[in-house]
Order: sequence, then C-alpha cells, then structure tokens
Amino acid sequence: MNLIGEKISYKPDEQFHLNDVSFNFKKGNLYTILGRTLSGKTTLLKTIAGLLNPDQGSISFEEKDFIKIPVWERNVAMVYQQFINYPHLNVYENITFPLEQRKLSPEQIKKDVDEALKTVGLVGFENRKIQELSGGQQQRVALARSLAKKAKILLLDEPLVNLDYKLREQLREEFKRIFSEGLSQDTILIYSTTDPQEVMELNGEVIVLDEGKVLQKGAAKEIFENPSNLKVAEISNDPPMNVLKGSKNLKNLNFENISLKIPNHFKNLEDKDYNFGIRASEIKLDENGEEFEIELAEISGSETLLHLKRGNSKIIALIEEVMNFKIHEKVKINFNVNKFYAFGEDEKLVSSPYGGTNG
Amino acid sequence: MSKLYTFLKYFFITFWTVFVVAPFLWAVSTSFKDFQSVNSKVTYIPWLDFEPTLEGWRVLIKSPAKGGVDIVEPYFNSIFVTCTASLISIVLGTLAAYALSRFTFKAGFVRNNDITFFFISQRIMPPIVLSIPFFIFLSTIGLLDSLLGLVVVYIVLLMPIAVWIMVDFFNRVPKELDETALIDGCNPYQAFYKVVLPNSIPGLIVAGMFCIIFGWIDFFFAFILTFTEVQLLPVKVVALNSSITPWWSLSASALVSVAPLIIVAFIVERYLSKGNLSGALK
Repeated sequence: MNLIGEKISYKPDEQFHLNDVSFNFKKGNLYTILGRTLSGKTTLLKTIAGLLNPDQGSISFEEKDFIKIPVWERNVAMVYQQFINYPHLNVYENITFPLEQRKLSPEQIKKDVDEALKTVGLVGFENRKIQELSGGQQQRVALARSLAKKAKILLLDEPLVNLDYKLREQLREEFKRIFSEGLSQDTILIYSTTDPQEVMELNGEVIVLDEGKVLQKGAAKEIFENPSNLKVAEISNDPPMNVLKGSKNLKNLNFENISLKIPNHFKNLEDKDYNFGIRASEIKLDENGEEFEIELAEISGSETLLHLKRGNSKIIALIEEVMNFKIHEKVKINFNVNKFYAFGEDEKLVSSPYGGTNG
Repeated sequence: MSKLYTFLKYFFITFWTVFVVAPFLWAVSTSFKDFQSVNSKVTYIPWLDFEPTLEGWRVLIKSPAKGGVDIVEPYFNSIFVTCTASLISIVLGTLAAYALSRFTFKAGFVRNNDITFFFISQRIMPPIVLSIPFFIFLSTIGLLDSLLGLVVVYIVLLMPIAVWIMVDFFNRVPKELDETALIDGCNPYQAFYKVVLPNSIPGLIVAGMFCIIFGWIDFFFAFILTFTEVQLLPVKVVALNSSITPWWSLSASALVSVAPLIIVAFIVERYLSKGNLSGALK
C-alpha cells in the first residue's frame, strides 16, 4: 500500500535531473527532501504527481503502476514555491475547484472547504480576490486547496521559500500543527526544501538529494548527527559545516599549524590524513584560542557570522551575540573538539561525535 | 519645477487632443455642408457660418436609381466579413498559440519558434505580394467577388495577429497554473477552458480588437478581390469620389466608417481599465 519508486531516472538533456532514485514512502508519514537549488527536488515531486514521465524506473502506489495513470486521475495535491492559485476565482472558489472537479456533493464540499479554511486560518476571507491577498495568505489558500482535496499524496515544493523571514517562521510553526492535526493516517506528505532548519523542525524521514542522486536517507536526527559524507554535511547545515584538511596522530589532530588534543571518539582512528568537519556553532571566541583573520562579518538577527581564514583554510563561526568586528582584524577562537567529525579523503564519514561511521 | 511640469503636461495633452480631434470636427462640420458652403469660402460653424443640410447624409442611404450611393449593403458586408474572420481567427489563433506556448514541436529542423515566425512572416510581406496568389487562388476555387472568399482571405491576414498576441500572452501565464489544474483533476482540455482561458480575457480582448481594426480598415484586398457582386465599405467610400468631389457625403461616410471602431475602443477601454483583468497574473 506504499508509494514505491524504483530506480527512477530522468534525463531530458545532457544532465541527469534524476539519477537512479528509489524510495519507499509509507502512509501517515512525513518525508522531507533536502537539497540545494536544482538538485532535482521539484523534478522528483513532479514525477510523483505525474507531470513528468521518467525515462527509466517505475512508480507504484497501492500496488498499481502509477506511471500509467494520468495526472488528473492520480488524486495528488501539490503546493508550489510560487504562489499558484486561480486568479479568476475568489478564495472560496479556489478551494472548491478540485472538489467540484471530482463531483462531490455540495454539502460535502462545503464541509471540507470550511474545515480547510479553519485549518489554515483564512475564515472570513472567502470572498476575497486572490490578488488582494498577501504572499503568505496566497500560499495559505494553495495549502487549503491541497488539504480540502484530502489527497492521498500531498506534495509541498519549497512552500515557504518565497516568503519573508517573519512569515516563514510563523507559517513553519503552523505547518507543524497542520501536519500533526490536519492530516489523516492515509496521507503521504512529501515536503521539499533547501533549508536544513526546516527539515530538523519538521522532523520526518529525510532524503538528501544532490545532482539528481540520493546521497542519504534517514531520520532527521540521523542526518544531522551522522551525515554520510561531506556533501551531506554541507547541504544539511546552515551555515555549511566547516571542512579543515588535516591529519591525525596518536595524541593530536593537526591542521593549519594547529594541534588539538584528540577527542575520545577519534581514539580508534587510523593515523592518517582526514577532512575534519566542525559546525559553525561549535566554534567560540576564546582569548587563549587559535588566531584567525576575519574576512567578513555578517550580523543576522541576534547572531554574528564570522568568515575566518588561516592559511588555506576558510571557516565560518557562528557567534551568538551581535558584535562589531573589523575586516582583516585577528581574532582568537576555540574549537569544541568533542564535536569534530572525520571524513576520509574519499569524503565519506569515518567518525562522528554521535558514534556513527559511514552509513 | 513641478509647476512647469504640470504646465507642460497639460499643454501637450491639449495640443494632442486638438491635433487628433480637429479632423473629426472638420469632417462633422463638412458633412452638413452643400456645394455652396464648401466652395465659396472657409466656414466652420453651422447656422453661424453656413446653413446646414442633411443632403450629404441622405445620399448615403438613397438607392443609386434615385441618385444616391447606398452604403447600407456594403456596411453590413463589412461588418459580416470583419466579425466572421475575426472570430474564426481568434478561435483558431488562440488554440494555435496555446499549443505553441505549452508543447514542444519537433519536425525535422522546425521548432516552436520557427512555427511562430512562420505565422508572423505572413504579415512581414507587403500585401501586394500576396494579391496575385490570392486572386488566382480565389478564382480557382470560384470564390472571387464573394463574401466567403473575403472571409477566407481575411482569416489569413488576421490569424497571425491573433497568434502573435496570444503566444506572447500565454508565455506570461505561468505553466504551473496549467499544472495545478491538471493536479486538481482537470484533463488538458478542461485545464485550457476552465483555467487558462478565463485568465486570458485581457489578451483575447486585445487580440480581438486588433483583428477587428485590421479587418475593418482593409482597403487593398477588398478592392482587388471584389468587383460588382460584393462591395465592402472602404471601397465604396473611396468610390464616392467622382469628377466633382462630394466632400459632404464623403465626410459623412467617413464618419460612419470609423464609428464602429470608436465604439469598440470605448468598450475595450472600459474593460481594460477594470484592472483586475490586466494585473491578474504576475
């Protein structure tokens, strides 16, 4: 009864948009697809919706060959990153449109639409024109239309990316509520995003996609704790995880003339060269630390992002207060050595502070 | 500075209005004159300058047997040919434009852009180049000097305009709108007429307006492809000119010829200024 994709490839031109993607989505679960722009997220969702036909591979749902079923008979719902609604209809008509298309009874339609409007918080907006709504409200209408359909597969393609920061935060909170209350156990929810924080907050099963290929699958926590390779570590962290080329010996790990005492989880590692990974949030300012040069300082909200340089290594540190720094100034920082990752020279995970190895 | 700007703004608006409206007023005035008032001296205002007469207007509806020119039949001919050809052009052109905007065609080296250019290229050629082929074509199928023949020719002339405007319009309607309609349970035909078409009304109005204008004002093909059986308005108006130019009936017929276009312009202006039509889609 699952949505199963096997070895799906889509290559409309020189490049793979999807390359050998397989998945097994179970009903009642939330799946997030994490990947950078152009990594194939939208293509994958469109393939599931039936808007694109893969060149290879198969998709089946409830034991039926999904590829043979045209889009309009699949009973899926999709919310785009652009706010796509029907501009010639008002809010209420927008939400009833798919239900009327399915020839439901007027009583049923009214009930479903009222419920959906309540869920997304648009009660009282029924007769508004779409153009009179803000971006956030337009996206709510699109979401309400998708929810009212009670589709068995609900696809959300970066639904928050075109909203401003505040609305995004607010709607993300609501999404968590809507997904936990408003969806039946019959629904498969697939949510694509570029934002690692969204993935962690939604806390579903994650598929990390890059250049059309699946890099890692697993629970959000697992992806965060044990990224299987450098690419995943980069994609699943914002700012991306810092990478320092260095080596490990019996007592120390060394990079850029810095020598740190090895953490416990590195004890059993072979002595050789590694790519060490450390999150921006695990670097602190420290009078007794190592000296780096500031290349750029960004203040965002209540935090400061320091772009630092030493030798050939460039790293980003996340300082949890707003401070003024001068460019080219020297600062001293300290690494939380217990949170170091080690990736091999083939970029695969060798050791993680959370105990995982290459998975 | 802003005072100067306001002054210049109103100055040019006034200048332009006079520039555009003056010939109309002149024609209105002339249409009520007779031979005497036209040729004796320059006159402007009826009753003050000259004694108005309805003769110029009466001639237009009198039958030729009574010395009139009877433009009533050519008038309805023109309305029929323009409306029929415009309607068919809009219907076919819109369908063609939608296909060109949404689907990818491959036939040998021909791609979508080539097909679009092929349509537009019909309008690049000077009309005189097309006149002889059209003449031979219509005479071969026996439609020379007939309303149907004119409709066929006008469709060839007007459809490129419709295709051109509508391709551009559909290209600005996001493809995701059609996709959402498909996802929401419409088959491709329903997606077109339930979602894309209702959101294309501004484009359809503009395309329709251009088709009507270009069809209505055509003189050249109406002149070449008709003789005695069928006459269209522009040909008839020009034919009024004889050894003594009848300025009064010429003015009157010119005014009734442009009247439909003025009406169309007012209707369209009201539609387009509704705002919700032009700005409906980002």
